[in-house]
Amino acid sequence: MSAWQARLLSDTPRSRGDARLGAIYRGWLQFRRNRLALLGLAIVILLILVAAFAPWIATHHPNEQNLAQRLLPPSSAHWLGTDEFGRDVFSRIVFGARITLYIVALVAVIAAPIGLLVGTAAGYLGGWVDAVLMRVTDVFLAFPSLILALAFVAALGPGIENAVIAIALTAWPPYARIARAETLTIRNSDYIAAARLQGAGTARILTRHIMPLCMSSLTVRVTLDMAGIILTAAGLGFLGLGAQPPLAEWGAMVSSGRRYILDQWWVATIPGVAIFVVSLAFNLLGDGLRDVLDPRQKK
Amino acid sequence: MSILRQSSGFLLQVALTFLGLLAVTFFIGRVVPIDPVLAVVGDQAPRDVYEQARRELGLDQPLWTQFAIYVQKVLVGDFGQSLVTNRPVVDDIARVFPATLELATFATIIGVALGVPMGIAGAVWQDRWPDQIVRVIGLVGYSVPIFWLGIVSLLVFYGMLGWVQGPGRLGVFFEDIVRPVTGVLLVDAALAGEWEVFRNAFGHVVLPSAVLGYFSVAYIARMTRSFMLEQLNQEYIVAARAKGMSEARVIWVHALRNVAVPLVTVIGLSYARLLEGAVLTETVFAWPGIGRYLTTALLAADMNAVLGATIVIGAVFIGVNLLSDLLYRLLDPRAT
Repeated sequence: MSAWQARLLSDTPRSRGDARLGAIYRGWLQFRRNRLALLGLAIVILLILVAAFAPWIATHHPNEQNLAQRLLPPSSAHWLGTDEFGRDVFSRIVFGARITLYIVALVAVIAAPIGLLVGTAAGYLGGWVDAVLMRVTDVFLAFPSLILALAFVAALGPGIENAVIAIALTAWPPYARIARAETLTIRNSDYIAAARLQGAGTARILTRHIMPLCMSSLTVRVTLDMAGIILTAAGLGFLGLGAQPPLAEWGAMVSSGRRYILDQWWVATIPGVAIFVVSLAFNLLGDGLRDVLDPRQKK
Repeated sequence: MSILRQSSGFLLQVALTFLGLLAVTFFIGRVVPIDPVLAVVGDQAPRDVYEQARRELGLDQPLWTQFAIYVQKVLVGDFGQSLVTNRPVVDDIARVFPATLELATFATIIGVALGVPMGIAGAVWQDRWPDQIVRVIGLVGYSVPIFWLGIVSLLVFYGMLGWVQGPGRLGVFFEDIVRPVTGVLLVDAALAGEWEVFRNAFGHVVLPSAVLGYFSVAYIARMTRSFMLEQLNQEYIVAARAKGMSEARVIWVHALRNVAVPLVTVIGLSYARLLEGAVLTETVFAWPGIGRYLTTALLAADMNAVLGATIVIGAVFIGVNLLSDLLYRLLDPRAT
């Protein structure tokens, strides 16, 4: 065991920073034992790298049309073939990673704080605030999320930003439920009472003392949900309501390749494989994170 | 007495949820950037005609009154006219809904017939190969885009192998032979004794319901497995084994009976979830159900049809949840 390992795993950390790093390192050691979760993490990292370096990885411009070379099978010039406009499928998949990542990140950034705020407020304040907020949450939960997202997109109009808003509007209720449950277990703790005695206001208690403790279970849930978000976004794209052409969105690519499925199968199937692999990766990663961060939920 | 009070409170909750659903659709209907008055009178209408139409539509009323009128209309089944078909939306939905029902029912049958035994196998042989298979099927079910699975299965089973019929609900030659009675084609064909039609319709329904059913297999198997595991660790199972009961009887009679109760809720939920999956599946398979009606209306910006279909699907969702909850209370004497 090297010196830094001993320092990280020590039972008597020298500083607060050491303790925190040590906790992360222990979590990583536990996470590392789950091979499938590691695979998921690797794919997610790969997705991020591909999205970041898309112009250097792609062999062609994603929207460059070449009608002389339409619907070509996979070859050395076009690794995954070409689509109905002669665009390189591989390059479009590579650039599609950006769109997928953009949607997932944006939905998480919008929906998680909404859920966190609603859930912690409901759980901490209780009474009629709790009743009203949870009733609203139940309404959204009692509703198939894709249908609701479709209705929102119908109102807002098709497009990638509107798809993000629609998905975020349907994604927050489970987070609110989780945050509320966590808040209920800690709201009567001594340390909350201590904070209150020292004169901390409601807002300070919520943001400084309650929300941080909800983060780990929320992170797990958001990661697991990312697979669902990717599938919903791809579904919207497939229906022509998400990202609009010529954007290289995977769901929309499946949709446009559908017409050629019987003769040029690669046009529609390959983007679907990309969707599958990425959402599988998020599922595996989420399962692994759950075991480390939230052992109670383990099934 | 307390049961009565509880179930009335429960019904009140359901009513509130439904009202919330209507509030959401009402809100969506209001934020649409299309002016409903212009949609009626046209762009060129003079000012007084516009004002009159606005009054007739009730748009000059306060928002609360508008919402009350809206709720009243929905409750009597008035969703307005569809812009595309020029018919009342509720008639359109009544026409397409049986097709979805047919699909979802078949998918649920597949889900229960395969999912329950698989879940039990996964629990009995925990961490052995049957369990791994259940795990993989579950994982794939949560990760695969359903529309893609539909396309690939069409490619393989229709395009390459020719085992099933293509998209649609019935071959062109078989249309209009059977008079619609229930709207469910297989039932109608069987009632009329048209077995050729029956066979063709069956060839069409197999693939989409198998694709849809896969997702309920994944879900039901996963839930059955965890319920079963919970039961198998109970003391009454140990007792049954200790007195020499056969393993088959322990699992299929003693444990399954206790698993069956929560399973009812799971099956109900998966049935409701299928309605959601049906939107994409119906689009892929050109299946003339409510899902395809919804997406066609979406692309045509036919808001009355979109919101009508949304309300119907939402109401069915809430209704199925209510029903499975009531059934659970009925079956399990502990849950009061």
